[in-house]
Amino acid sequence: MTRLSANVHGWLLLLPAAVLLAAFTHVPAVATFWHSLHTTPKGNRPARFVGLRQYETMIEDPVFWQAMWNNFLYALFTIPASVVLAMLMALWVNQRLAGRGFLRMSYFVPTVLPLIAVANIWLFFYVPDYGLVDVFTRVLGFGPTNWLGQRDTVLGALMVMTVWKEAGFFMIFYLAALQQLPPSLSEAAALEGASRWYFFRRVIFPLLMPTTLFVLVNAIINSFRLVDHIVALTKGGPDNASALLLFYIFEVAFKFWDTGYASALTMVLLAMLALLALGQYFFLEKRVHYR
Amino acid sequence: MESRGFDRVLETCAAWLLGVLWILPLAFAIWTAFHPAEYQARFEPLAPLTLENFVRAWHAAPFARYFLNTTLLCAMILGVQLVLVTLAAYAFARFEFFGREVAFSLVLVQLMIMPDVLIVENYQTLRKLGLVDTLLGIGLPYMASAFGIFLLRQTFKTVPRELDEAARVEGCSFLMMLWKVYVPLARPVYIAFGLTSVSYHWNNFLWPLIVTNSVETRPLTVGLQIFSHADQGIDWALICAATLLTSAPLLVGFLLFQRQFVQSFIRAGIR
Repeated sequence: MTRLSANVHGWLLLLPAAVLLAAFTHVPAVATFWHSLHTTPKGNRPARFVGLRQYETMIEDPVFWQAMWNNFLYALFTIPASVVLAMLMALWVNQRLAGRGFLRMSYFVPTVLPLIAVANIWLFFYVPDYGLVDVFTRVLGFGPTNWLGQRDTVLGALMVMTVWKEAGFFMIFYLAALQQLPPSLSEAAALEGASRWYFFRRVIFPLLMPTTLFVLVNAIINSFRLVDHIVALTKGGPDNASALLLFYIFEVAFKFWDTGYASALTMVLLAMLALLALGQYFFLEKRVHYR
Repeated sequence: MESRGFDRVLETCAAWLLGVLWILPLAFAIWTAFHPAEYQARFEPLAPLTLENFVRAWHAAPFARYFLNTTLLCAMILGVQLVLVTLAAYAFARFEFFGREVAFSLVLVQLMIMPDVLIVENYQTLRKLGLVDTLLGIGLPYMASAFGIFLLRQTFKTVPRELDEAARVEGCSFLMMLWKVYVPLARPVYIAFGLTSVSYHWNNFLWPLIVTNSVETRPLTVGLQIFSHADQGIDWALICAATLLTSAPLLVGFLLFQRQFVQSFIRAGIR
């Protein structure tokens, strides 16, 4: 193949995908920045350049900080919980436990359900007084609680649901990694008389490290990307106690139609994802070889 | 050895406890959907079963239309994705064109910055194209899948060059080669990608919610949300039935082809 034909053919093959990717990923990312420097066009008033004014508004916006804080807490609790559970699940399902098929199915099933359906089912649990959670806590002697209706329980309630939904998904990656470990490892450990906990801590856990990092990156992205359940269950309430960043962007853009400000908020989200990408590039690339 | 046996029992118990806890929400929804309303919090094993809730849910909202919309949407997205992704992956795997590395890094950007977070700008784009409230509009941002390109490029790179040469000697053009050699060899990867794509778009909610505002375009997830928040009192049995209807195709597919599903997710995950 000549150089010229490689160039022409290569680019022609890439062209359709490249056009769509540019139109819906790269151009909008840049346009977001551009629009964040402008006011929102309204009626016959076109957008006006205002420099960093939108960002100044943002710094003084308590709802923005609330959403950031919520998102931070949400990530801080759901990610470690679902990763630890996922690892446990994978270790169990990978052994010859009785009823392994059922367990694998049970752990993985929440992954197949739409998040919006999951929210519907869990709404049912969280209803005050006759929801299942309250029926259960009543047995333990607690009064009815409006889990989704009060500031100090709403985020926790959503976190529990999220862990339920995500752990099984991450389990799959651990399972894949475990199945690729050579069986000679555990034989050697048995010969040495190593305890199972020691074997896990010193052999399995370190070998699962690349998977853990991969899962962590995905978990972080998901904690920024998924807000379906917020829309369905709480609308960010009560009093913004369950607003996550993307949900706030959604509200500002499509309820208040303030696209200029929504662009500035989106820039924060993009900046965090970019940081994550850089982190992944510098830390992960050394450990995971996926070229 | 004694203590190992005990460990084992303890672990099995813990695994089962978690397993039962994990299946509980779904089991509960199934119970409620298949029983008359008065049994919704009374778990009597002999309670009469009924399909009544499903029938009522089906008629209470245009679910047939929503099903059609979601099916068309998933088919359209997957169809276009397969073509675009195959061509692009082939280019990256086998053609040394100018700027290949840079172009590939630009493709990978989409793995981090998914269309899901660019809702504000993408909506403006759709408005300019006049595609708001169309199925095409919902699908368009997702059609060039970086994930798919990445996955297939890896696979295409493992195809031995000798096969290429042989095909070329036979007089195959490079598109014929793609079709006759590369695509058949990548079959399991296509299945894996197809399953992940369909389950992603069957379940996708926020973007379709933003883009659609009529029954003719709304996918199931958005329809379900509107249905469960409409004024109808809180009829849990009805909502559970509708929720299960919405999830049924994927759920049943998963239960029937559990192994393939899990294998596909694994294949898609190890990239």
